[in-house]
Amino acid sequence: MKKLTLEDLKKIKEKAQAEIQARSPEGKDKIVVHMGTCGIAAGARETLLAILDEIEKRNLQNVVVTQAGCIGFCEYEPLISVQKLGGPKVLYKYVTPEKARKIIAQHVINGQIVMEDVLSTE
Amino acid sequence: MAERAHILICAGAACISAGEESFKSALEKELKNSGIFEEVKIIETGCFGTCDLGPVMVIYPEGIFYIHLKPQDAKDIVQEHLLKGRVVERLLVKEPKLGEALPTINELPFFKNQVRIALRNVGFIDPMNIEEYIARDGYLALSKVLTEMTPEEVIDEIKRSGLRGRGGAGFPTGLKWELGRRAKGSEKYIICNADEGDPGAFMDRSILEGDPHSVIEGMLIGAYAIGAKKGFVYIRAEYPLAIKRLTSALQQARNYGLLGERILETDFSFDIEIRIGAGAFVCGEETALIASVEGKRGMPRPRPPFPVNSGLWEKPTVINNVETWANIPEIILKGAEWFSSFGTEKSKGTKVFALAGKINMTGLIEVPMGITLRDIVYNIGGGIPGGKKFKAVQIGGPAGGCIPAEYLDTPVDYESITALGAIMGSGGLIVMDEDNCMVDVAKFFLSFTQDESCGKCVPCRVGTKRMLEILDRITKGEGKEEDLDELEELANVIRATSLCGLGKGAPNPVLTTLKYFRDEYLIHIREKRCPARVCIPLIHYEVIREECRKCSICFRNCPVGAIFKDDDGTYVIDQEKCTKCGICFQVCPFKAIKKE
Repeated sequence: MKKLTLEDLKKIKEKAQAEIQARSPEGKDKIVVHMGTCGIAAGARETLLAILDEIEKRNLQNVVVTQAGCIGFCEYEPLISVQKLGGPKVLYKYVTPEKARKIIAQHVINGQIVMEDVLSTE
Repeated sequence: MAERAHILICAGAACISAGEESFKSALEKELKNSGIFEEVKIIETGCFGTCDLGPVMVIYPEGIFYIHLKPQDAKDIVQEHLLKGRVVERLLVKEPKLGEALPTINELPFFKNQVRIALRNVGFIDPMNIEEYIARDGYLALSKVLTEMTPEEVIDEIKRSGLRGRGGAGFPTGLKWELGRRAKGSEKYIICNADEGDPGAFMDRSILEGDPHSVIEGMLIGAYAIGAKKGFVYIRAEYPLAIKRLTSALQQARNYGLLGERILETDFSFDIEIRIGAGAFVCGEETALIASVEGKRGMPRPRPPFPVNSGLWEKPTVINNVETWANIPEIILKGAEWFSSFGTEKSKGTKVFALAGKINMTGLIEVPMGITLRDIVYNIGGGIPGGKKFKAVQIGGPAGGCIPAEYLDTPVDYESITALGAIMGSGGLIVMDEDNCMVDVAKFFLSFTQDESCGKCVPCRVGTKRMLEILDRITKGEGKEEDLDELEELANVIRATSLCGLGKGAPNPVLTTLKYFRDEYLIHIREKRCPARVCIPLIHYEVIREECRKCSICFRNCPVGAIFKDDDGTYVIDQEKCTKCGICFQVCPFKAIKKE
């Protein structure tokens, strides 16, 4: 391997920093996928995978994705909630993989809540 | 795909011996079975410090902290936490006072009250992956000194930070480097002392296991400052995991060109070799260590000349301890003022301690200098188990001393600890409760130093042996009151006339226990009794006739047949035959056996 220059060191740092992003959840936008039995039955796994794929594709580093259990609105599954830093927590209903991708583009990136899919906000 | 969760499993030596590897393979299997192996990343890190709770792990992004993991727990973690997002409550830490579960790692008082500088990456990164170190500003301090600072500026920064040697003696690091830089000679050496030998101490091992690059970077900066081209890490053979991870880290650094010729395209060249020691305690003393690196028998020699002027192969050598080196990159990056904002007037920064003994959270901690012993024992360490009473804390290893309860509010810094007759030492803290006999404790530490004495100086070789014989007599109930004066006299002679720290420090455990627990010695001598009921020749077991239910459990368990039934069926212990093993005392379901 060739000798590292200062420039190389910086590049490695940027790349590696992105990789360990997941270990510092503070100060980031949060997406929570509700994955109770009801959610999974309604397809929450596919939704989750679509979200992860979209984040990877768009190289979003300031977003953490976590899972949560059933919150009682089994009828509206798959449910996800999105909370931009400092913004309201928005609960979306019937989130198919396609809707999830749209929510990321419109809400997470551009800060525009996707009104037609909102179940509630707090 | 980007991983949605990072699972950090502690792979420090303590968690590995508690079964980390079998848990990890169960977890991997479970992840594969559930088809989510690709979505999560498993990282084996260095020691978290919560050794008592091992095996432990943290799942990010939530930061949920799971403890006492067994292979059969893997299924719940995957099915519940990773698939359904439900925290597995039964594997969380319980807050000892409230009994409530504490889910995230940052909520634990154990972590909340720490300041981690030397341990900044330990337990957070993969020690076998240099890129994770680089991601956490690794080697940034090196590039800063190589491109923006002169060696004199580096030394000045370290001097102003107030950093003192973490190996125990507390010599100002910047001053040592300055002497090393000024020393005449074109060939100079850097040594990292990783010959950690105090019983119960594992600070240096954890740093090398958890963040080896921080030590390598510290040594690189030191080498640049004094003008050395070659460095050695002297580490004991009993630390195979630390050696393995350090070897891999050195190789990676070499591959990246961070060790070797013309580092980062500058004129600076430096490389590091590992020297493995056989584990002699005296080789932690710098001149003995140097002799051992040279391939000679590890024995100290008189100083001066000090190693900074004439060390390894009689060349100027700067030798610092692992923890000292690990602090260096952070000081360079964040500045001397930042570092010296922690600590007290004369002791700056933080100190890593290994907590052991009668304390709830045994493990590894890093705290600002000046914190009180009470804070360490009760706030971070979680107090004494089983509602027992705190008796003393042994600080500084075999050359340290025992500090009693009345000094619990003493700030932990070099001067305050020395004033009490103990030493800061490398950071071993052994907590003792009412069940510890202080004469026995003194005997334990003295037998260690007596055993480890290299034999060069008569006072240390013969004197510690005589002291040990006296202590042995006292614990057998054969002591005389004059023995205490003789102990003190011997101690003072050994302290004054030994060449190195091993001999000078050896009497400390005896002197401090004599000073603070003289009563206990006197009870052993006058009443032939051990108040803590530890010294076997001074205790005896007896059946309380009124309490005995004649169940025969003691009779059946006695390994030497010393228990017999008397006329009315009650059991009696034959004191002639009894070996005082204590089994009857443990097995009696009615507490009908007394220990005195």
